[in-house]
Amino acid sequence: MRRSKAKALWRGLFTTGGEIGRGTYLVISASVFLVLLAIWWAVTSAGLVPPLFLPAPGAIWDKLAGLALDGTLWGDVEVSVYRVVAGFVIASAMAVPIGVLIGTSRFWEAALEPLADFIRYMPVVAFLPLTILWAGTTDLQKFLIIWIGTFFQQVLMVMDNVKRVPPDFIGLGRTLGLSELKLQMKIVIPSALPGIWDTLRITFGWAWTWLVVAELVAADSGLGYRITVSQRYFETDVTIGYILVLGVLGLLCDQMMKALERVLFPYAKRRG
Amino acid sequence: MAPKLEIKSVNKSFKRTRALSDVSLTLRENEFVSLVGVSGCGKSTLLSIVAGLLDYDEGDILVDGAPMTGPGLDRGVVFQSYTLLPWLTARKNIEFALKAAGHKGAECRRIADEHLALVRLAKFADSYPHELSGGMKQRVAIARALSYRPKVLLMDEPFGALDAMTRHEMQTLLTRVWEQHKLTVLFVTHDVEEAVYLSDRIVAMTVGPGRIKTEFKVDLPRPRTQEIISTPEFMALQKRVLATIREDLVSDEA
Repeated sequence: MRRSKAKALWRGLFTTGGEIGRGTYLVISASVFLVLLAIWWAVTSAGLVPPLFLPAPGAIWDKLAGLALDGTLWGDVEVSVYRVVAGFVIASAMAVPIGVLIGTSRFWEAALEPLADFIRYMPVVAFLPLTILWAGTTDLQKFLIIWIGTFFQQVLMVMDNVKRVPPDFIGLGRTLGLSELKLQMKIVIPSALPGIWDTLRITFGWAWTWLVVAELVAADSGLGYRITVSQRYFETDVTIGYILVLGVLGLLCDQMMKALERVLFPYAKRRG
Repeated sequence: MAPKLEIKSVNKSFKRTRALSDVSLTLRENEFVSLVGVSGCGKSTLLSIVAGLLDYDEGDILVDGAPMTGPGLDRGVVFQSYTLLPWLTARKNIEFALKAAGHKGAECRRIADEHLALVRLAKFADSYPHELSGGMKQRVAIARALSYRPKVLLMDEPFGALDAMTRHEMQTLLTRVWEQHKLTVLFVTHDVEEAVYLSDRIVAMTVGPGRIKTEFKVDLPRPRTQEIISTPEFMALQKRVLATIREDLVSDEA
């Protein structure tokens, strides 16, 4: 018996391991955004919530457009993007080699893994006063907060990526007589690279959070700073507008890194 | 002729369990020897030890008369898990081994292509492992292990993850390659039919602790084809080997 089209679609949508087309997927995703937007619009235009608490979507759009036209928005985005990228690159450049080291050598694992685990459990926000004491409200203070918030997690995640290299790959390298260094460079790192890339993608999202935390507390520029100022003047439209901008920036970065992953590691296929 | 591989009274324990007890085995040049036995008899452990990937407690292992000190290019290993590097094409996977063995650029390519042709995968030289089937991957892995001419080829249940049809195909291919090239092979399997079909000699191992129980000489004519499987001689030997292994299963239940 042939299955009807509707039934096939139902199976694709709701059964475990079902498959749907890319178009269908996008329609569903976009609909959720639109529905939420519609609810927001309805609630505000019916006057159910005072604009001080939740302005209408249109009002926020107008406000953002104004800030974009006079250059304020772009200035804030530029400063924040610079800080998050710099802080993240510093953290990653240190975390990847150290993570690889810990993942391959028992000595370094014993020496550094418990330490990283310990520091990881210290709340990043508790370091804010210290970082301000050390570095004032400079960019360096932002880098420090981003570093504390991402580096220790990255080290542990990269270690895990390296430990997932199949033991037989290492066995193969050894039977081919590779030196320890060549084994690392030619087998372990290439094999762990797609996983490490994924770690970087996920931790970049966290770096955004730590940046905004740092900017909310002590800054004279950037997206987080603007949010603090807007709160002071009850400009809820700016506050919410900037939060949305942060969300869009995060989503864009994530999609960019995912696209790069498909280019860099076409052999590492993931589901969906 | 001097033996190609000599395993002399090897003992190995994992923590408190004795994995191998006084195992001795000698492979002549160009001999194809299979290790069979129930799981846990230490056949894969022995292979890993000979490959140099696992330490052992006592005994000696000699390759071509020289003591073995660790893993090396004189012993090629084919793992059950294919172990093709996923970021390299089939050809590049073979070239990877050849470069490690000290061959130069153009030569690598020529030898790699030769060996891909040997396992009938010339058309797939530029395919990545994820584009190949399990059988094809294992053929590339065999081509890779052969390409740098190790003195001994060690195979650890290489066809264990393949379906029955592909298994037969791979066995035929391996016999053909072996008959053409003449190689010394130590082959681990739990498939008795496979062992009889491929080997000159079958070594049955037993459990608790792992040790050699009996040896069977396979006096079947070569070249061998799949038709040989249904001859009375083949079936009789297969039965004898199976009976030996079964004793272990029965005594376990007692």
